Amino acid sequence: MAQRAVAITTATLVAGMVLLPVAAVLWRGGGPGTLGPADWAALRFTLWQAAVSAGLSVALAVPVARALSRRSFPGRVALIALMGAPFILPVIVAILGLLAVFGGRGLINQIGAPLGLPRLDIYGYHGVIIAHVFFNLPLAVRLLLQGWQDIPAERFRLAASLGAPVWRVLEWPMLRRICPGAFTVIFVICLGSFAVALTLGGGPRATTVELAIYQAFRFDFDLGKAATLAALQLALGLAAGAFALRVAPKGGFGVGLDRQIDRWDGTGVAARLADSLWIALAAGFLLLPLLSVALAGLPGLAKMPPEVWAAAARSLALALGATALTLALALPLLTGAGETAALMGISVSGLVLGTGYFLLLQPVIRPGDAALPVTMLVNALMALPFVIRILRPGLEGARRDYARLAASLGLSGWHLWRIVYLPRLRRPLGFAAGLTAALSMGDLGVITLFADGDNATLPLQIYRLMGSYQMESARAAALLLLALSLGLFWVFDRGGRLHAAA
Amino acid sequence: MKAYPLVAGLIFATSAVAETPTLTVYAPDYFASEWGPGPGIETAFEERCGCDLVYKTGELLPRLLLEGEKTEADVAIGFNSDITKKARESGLFAPHGLDTSALTLPVDWSDDTFLPFNYAHTAFIYDNTKITEPLTSFDALLEAPDDLRLVIQDPRSSISGLALVLWVNHVYGDEAADAWAKLAPKIVTVTKGWSESYGMFTDGEADMVLSYTTSPAYHIIAEEDLTKSAAIFEEGHYFMVELAAKLAGTDNPDLADQFMAFILTEEFQSMIPTSNWSFPAALPKDAWPDGFQDLPVPEKVLFYSEDEAAAMRDEAIEAWRSALSQ
Repeated sequence: MAQRAVAITTATLVAGMVLLPVAAVLWRGGGPGTLGPADWAALRFTLWQAAVSAGLSVALAVPVARALSRRSFPGRVALIALMGAPFILPVIVAILGLLAVFGGRGLINQIGAPLGLPRLDIYGYHGVIIAHVFFNLPLAVRLLLQGWQDIPAERFRLAASLGAPVWRVLEWPMLRRICPGAFTVIFVICLGSFAVALTLGGGPRATTVELAIYQAFRFDFDLGKAATLAALQLALGLAAGAFALRVAPKGGFGVGLDRQIDRWDGTGVAARLADSLWIALAAGFLLLPLLSVALAGLPGLAKMPPEVWAAAARSLALALGATALTLALALPLLTGAGETAALMGISVSGLVLGTGYFLLLQPVIRPGDAALPVTMLVNALMALPFVIRILRPGLEGARRDYARLAASLGLSGWHLWRIVYLPRLRRPLGFAAGLTAALSMGDLGVITLFADGDNATLPLQIYRLMGSYQMESARAAALLLLALSLGLFWVFDRGGRLHAAA
Repeated sequence: MKAYPLVAGLIFATSAVAETPTLTVYAPDYFASEWGPGPGIETAFEERCGCDLVYKTGELLPRLLLEGEKTEADVAIGFNSDITKKARESGLFAPHGLDTSALTLPVDWSDDTFLPFNYAHTAFIYDNTKITEPLTSFDALLEAPDDLRLVIQDPRSSISGLALVLWVNHVYGDEAADAWAKLAPKIVTVTKGWSESYGMFTDGEADMVLSYTTSPAYHIIAEEDLTKSAAIFEEGHYFMVELAAKLAGTDNPDLADQFMAFILTEEFQSMIPTSNWSFPAALPKDAWPDGFQDLPVPEKVLFYSEDEAAAMRDEAIEAWRSALSQ
C-alpha cells in the first residue's frame, strides 16, 4: 500500500537524520569510549529522575485535566494556553523564574517566614522533580485533556442515563490508552536534562548523562565517549517507546455525532470544590514563576537593544519553518512504529546531534551558513515525538470510526485525508503546530555550535546579554520571548479550534 | 538572456571580494556579541588593515579541533590557560613572534604561541550592604556560618568552576578535600555556567557568587552601583588569563600577524576594561579607566602552568565532587 511505503520511508528518513550524525561523531572520535563509575552513577540518576518526573507529571495531570475538561469558567481558554508556557521557556529563564517563587529568598519563603512556617529548601532531588513537573505538567495536562475531549459526548449522556460509573467505563479506559504515551515523551525529555537538574539538584549529586556528554565534548574533546553516551540515551529512548507501545491498549469508544456537549456527571458540590482546588493549585504552581519572569522583564523593556528585535524576527522565521517541517514529517508517521522512530530525535543529546551535523556538512558547506537550517531541522526532530503523540489518538479514532464509511464512499488517498481525517484533526493539529512553533522559538539548541555573530536567535541573545552582565536587558528579552512564544502558540491553537463547537 | 547580468554580477562580486582580504577570527560567543569587545576591535582593526574582519563563534577549541587543518580560522582569540595544553598539542597553532615585554600581567609570561589579551582573578562577589564585615581570607570563608549562601559553577562544564577547584587545590594542597567539606554546607547550588550563578546572585538568591575581581567594575561604571565588592583573600587568588593564537595553516599570515601585534597596542588594550570587564594584559595601571584603578586586587596571585593544571585537574575535580556529593 502506498501509504505504508510513505510511512516506512519517512521513518527511515527520521531515523537516518538522528543515527547518521551520531555515527559521524562516533567515527570521528575513533570508536566507542569507555565509561567510568561516575558515568554509570550519572546514568542511574538520570533514569531515576526521568521516571519519577514523568510519573508525577502524568499522575498530577489526571485530576487537573479532568477538572478542566468538565468545568467551564471565564478565562478557561486563556488559562489553558498560559499554562503551556513553562514548557517553552529557555532553561536559564525558567530556573530564575522558579527560584523567584520556590528559592531560598523566594516568594513562598518570604510569605512563610513571618508566619513561622518551616523554611522551604528547593535544592535537592525534590527540586529536580519539582522543576521537571513544572516544565512537563502542562504538556501532560494538554495530552490528557485532549483524551477527555475525544470521548464522544453521547457516551457521557448514555452513562448518565444508565447510572453507570463514568470513571470506570469511560475515563479509566481513556487514561490507559493515553497515559503510557504521555509518560514516555516526558520521560524521554527528562533524560536530556542538564542545567535544570544540576542547579535545582544542588550540585554534583544531580549529575546527568547530558552533563557527562558536555564535559567529554568541551573539556576532554573525547568524541568517542560523547557519542557512546548519546547512543546510550538513544537506546533508553527507544526502550521507553517500546514500553509505551506494549502497555497502551488499543480500542476506543466508537463513533459519536462528533460534537461536544455538556457533561452530565460531576455536578455535586464536592466534585466542584475538588475541581476548583486542582485548577487553582495547578494555575498557581505554573503561573507564579511565569509572572515573576514577566515582572522581572518589564523594567528593561523600554531600553532593549535593537539587536534583540532582529534576533526575535530570526527566531520567528525559524519557528515557522520548523513547524512546517515537523508537520510534514509527522503526518506520514502517525503509527506506533512511527512514534517510536520519532522518539529518537529527542532522546539524543542536541550537542552530539549538532556536532554530527557539523562533521557531515563541513566538507560540503561552511557550517556557519548552515546554522539556521540545521537548527530548524534539529528543532523539528525534537518536536516530532510531541506532535505525533498529539495527533495519533485523534487519527486512530477517526480511522476506526470512519474507515468503513469512507470505504463505502470510495474515498482514498488525499480525498480521504481532506474530507475525513484533517477536519477531525483540526484541534490536535492546531495544538501540535502551536507547541512546535513555541518550542522551537525557545530552544537554544545547536545554534551555539554554529552561530557566526550575525545569525543569533532570541534565546542566544538572552544568553549573550547575561554573559555580558546585562541582566536587566536579558530579562526584558526573556519577556519578549515569552510573549512571542505564547502568541505563536495561541494563534495556532486558536486556529485549530475555530469553527469547532466549545 | 537574463542570465548575463547575473553572471556579470557574480564576477564583479568575486573580484570585489578578492580586493578586500578577509581575516577570520574564531572567538567565544560572548566576545563577538554586540555587548562584548568584538565589534569595537573589529572596527579599529579594519581601519588599520584595509581588510574585512569576520568573527566565527561557538565553542572555540572543540570547533577548531573538529575542523583540524581544514579550518578557515586565521586567528583564534579567547582561550583559557587551563585548557591550552590540549590546544598546543593539536599542532594547529604557530608562534606569534612578538616581544611580550610590554605585558603588564601580575605573573611572568613567556609563551611564544599563546598571547594574553586580558586577565582577572577568580573571586567571590558579595553585596557590601548585606555583608558589612568582609571576609579577608579563604580560611575565614571556610569558617563562616553555614547560613552564608554561596553559588559556584561546575568545574566539569565551566571554566570559572574549574579555576575554583584549582584555586582550592593551590591554597589547601593535600587538605583540599577537607576544605571542600567545610565549604559544602554553604554552597546552595552549583550551576552549569557563570550566567546562571550571577543571575541568582543579582536576584538575591545567593549572598556570594564565584566570579572575578573585575565584576564590581561593571556595576560601578555601567550602573553606578557601588554595592558589589570582591572579597580579597590573603592566601591569594587564582589567576585567569585569556589568550589569542595564530593558526599555523592561515591563508593570510601577514594579516594574522598584524592582528596579533594589534592585540598589544594601546588602542586594543584600552577597549578591554569596559567591554570585556576585565584587566587589560598590556596597559599600565594609570591608563586604566577610573572604576578599574580603584578596584581592590589581591597581593598574591596563584597560578598553575598548563602542564600542572592538566595533571591535577581530574584529582581536583574528584575532591570537589566527592565532598559535595555527601
